[in-house]
Amino acid sequence: MSDHLHKNCQALLGALSEYIDGELPAELCKEIEKHLEGCDNCRVVLNTTKRTIDLVRAPVDEDVPADVRERLFKRLNLDEYLSLKS
Amino acid sequence: MINSTTQEFSIEALRAGDKAEFARLVDAFSAQIYRLGLKMLGNEQDAEDVLQNTFLNAMTHLSSFEGRSSISTWLYRIASNEALMHLRSGKKKVNIEDLQPENSDDDFLPEIFVDWSILPENELLAGEGKENLGDAIKKLPENLRMVFVLRDIEDVSIKDTAEILNLTETNVKTRLLRARMFLRERLSAYYSERPKEEK
Repeated sequence: MSDHLHKNCQALLGALSEYIDGELPAELCKEIEKHLEGCDNCRVVLNTTKRTIDLVRAPVDEDVPADVRERLFKRLNLDEYLSLKS
Repeated sequence: MINSTTQEFSIEALRAGDKAEFARLVDAFSAQIYRLGLKMLGNEQDAEDVLQNTFLNAMTHLSSFEGRSSISTWLYRIASNEALMHLRSGKKKVNIEDLQPENSDDDFLPEIFVDWSILPENELLAGEGKENLGDAIKKLPENLRMVFVLRDIEDVSIKDTAEILNLTETNVKTRLLRARMFLRERLSAYYSERPKEEK
């Protein structure tokens, strides 16, 4: 693709992140979607980029390991509050 | 995504040295700061150093926190500086790509067009898939990795990422696009070559 990148594909790639993040005006989104309908490669790049972001996004309820928390509280002289976690 | 950002903290109590309030702050933000350290430095010991130094620093400098930015932005700024200092302290090998001023757009053009996005997550992360994903993040040039960790892993907004890293929003967007393209390409290479029995 990089050797013979179509002008429209280049334009899409430049706007890809903002398109994924929903930060582009509706009119521009329509243009991008029209291009995507006819361009298999750009569709693959869009789908796989979205999936890449899905895979890395951190889980909401992840906690710091208990031993790490304990050492942190001790280092900060906050031992007395170790048991207060809600 | 970060529930702690919706919590209210008394800046007055924190400034006055209220230990209970500080302990609450530590519990609210430890997970994301530890994760930032892990993703930036790639190992648990360094991540723990970043975590401890961030809160020691915060404790020391709370009196100078003016509340112009949110407390999460302020903590992320301390943590990202700690992580970058750690990376540059010589403990970690510097990625050669970080020594180049800025990569050009041509370095991030897609080359692989295999659509692996339809595979379920448990299949994508099976076998060495998860490790490969972690390795790919570690290989991101440092200037792109910090933006990527804040924006895509921690779900910090473009505006706040720019404020944390003292960059313009345009610069954050450029780096984010390059980081995403870099990772997509590496994952595409992996999933298009992964042996069938591993899938």
